Amino acid sequence: MVDNDWAWAILIAAIKSVVLLVALLVFTAYILYADRKIWAAVQLRRGPNVVGPWGLLQSFADLFKFVFKEPLVPAGANKGVFLLAPLVTAVLALSAWAVIPLSDGWAIGDINVGILYLFAISSLGVYGIIMAGWASNSKYPFLSALRSAAQMVSYEVSIGFVLITVLLCAGSLNLGDIVRAQDTRLGLFGWYWLPLLPMFVIFFISALAETNRPPFDLVEAESELVAGYAVEYSATPFLLFFLGEYIAILTMCAMTTILFLGGWLSPIPFAPFTWAPGVIWFVLKATFVFFMFALVKAFVPRYRYDQLMRLGWKVFLPITLVMVVIVAGVLEATGWGAHS
Amino acid sequence: MQADAIFFWIFSTVLILSALAVILARNPVHSVLFLILSFVCAAGLFLLVGAEFLAMILIVVYVGAVAVLFLFVVMMLDVDFAELRQGFLQYLPIGGIIAIFVAFELGYVAVGWSRSPAAAAAASPPAPVSNTAALGRVLYTQYFFYFQGAGLILLTAMIGAIVLTLRHRVVKRQRISEQVARNPATAVELRKVPSRVGI
Repeated sequence: MVDNDWAWAILIAAIKSVVLLVALLVFTAYILYADRKIWAAVQLRRGPNVVGPWGLLQSFADLFKFVFKEPLVPAGANKGVFLLAPLVTAVLALSAWAVIPLSDGWAIGDINVGILYLFAISSLGVYGIIMAGWASNSKYPFLSALRSAAQMVSYEVSIGFVLITVLLCAGSLNLGDIVRAQDTRLGLFGWYWLPLLPMFVIFFISALAETNRPPFDLVEAESELVAGYAVEYSATPFLLFFLGEYIAILTMCAMTTILFLGGWLSPIPFAPFTWAPGVIWFVLKATFVFFMFALVKAFVPRYRYDQLMRLGWKVFLPITLVMVVIVAGVLEATGWGAHS
Repeated sequence: MQADAIFFWIFSTVLILSALAVILARNPVHSVLFLILSFVCAAGLFLLVGAEFLAMILIVVYVGAVAVLFLFVVMMLDVDFAELRQGFLQYLPIGGIIAIFVAFELGYVAVGWSRSPAAAAAASPPAPVSNTAALGRVLYTQYFFYFQGAGLILLTAMIGAIVLTLRHRVVKRQRISEQVARNPATAVELRKVPSRVGI
């Protein structure tokens, strides 16, 4: 029975994944509800308030509506790619959560290159949109796919450099080690958002662009492209796109939490606060980041496409490049860098 | 290590099949998608031998950036493969000769391949250091000039591509400060339009 070791390992990983998946999907349902409620509150509306008490079951009603509708495939569409695209989006978005440490050692796969894995997954997310745009064989989705490809490639560059500054400070690519490197006596002032404040802001804005959130939702700008890549989609395939998009947003919130807000660490590093399990702090912080995402959606008008490109290439890229040099120089000069 | 073997066979089978599909697919977009699948499988093989950094870089650079632009271009150009196939017999001899040469070279390398004694010593780092750190240390010390040289060559290629495609010499520039400084007084002109005359 020696051979069964790896079978057990796979079984345990599978059980963990299912638990995480269910928790994540329920959380996503309420994040969706929160997004709509916050947006409504900013515009002095009520938002969803009919299904369940205070509209709490709205997302589940939407789920059933999508699942029970008939999925339509346009006659001119490339059927295989058309149906594969939403799957790619949803599966990739979910797979990012395999490496995210919700608490100390609570990652399903605690890999050495966790941050690169997240970066890779977020850069792959664009394939769902490109495939959908091309396979729909229709003009608006196609334009949306082209926009999306250019937008993702542009903002990945600045996200990459932001990640490098964090790596320089933490001295590791492991997400757990990055959080542990922020564990100082200073509590929330020792997290990387303060020493790397410009990078934190740039990462936040780039995360909005990378996940196609307003004000960078040029990919699905209603006034120009109807619904962008999702024009021809209905029922479950559309649901998968929707789900993938929101999970990708949550991944970005989790990434911000890990890189800049100290992951599972308590903001005040002494007794009563450190008793709370790390996962609670993690979820609170990620929810706070999502709250900021939602506020930006409600407050900021949409960018023009050339402004979007200018911001990515002419503003963020030079700033992040210079910051990489500055951070590396300061770490080298002061000897604060981790010498691993 | 049975699991390793199973995953090795899965990845390598899918890799070879999708590599074949790249050249056999009738639709160029399908070809690029199969190319991406084969990149991902190659990354999986890297992971199996413990080269996690190379695997992730392969995905970030090739799949996440290069293949996206590739797909972008193929989708935009709308290449007609039926047209491309017309000259197949005409180019067959020269293509065949090149293929034979490449196959010969590959075979020569594969047969004559052996592990140098120095590599065996370098392959197992004494300290438990992750392969990202190990690569970084070698790349930025021992091979520093080669690394910078490779960077310079890529920069030259990039500048060359820009110069070749920049056909028009007069470049229209956008002055953001001027755009931002516009206000209703400078941008809007109010006119009294006489009836049935127009402006």
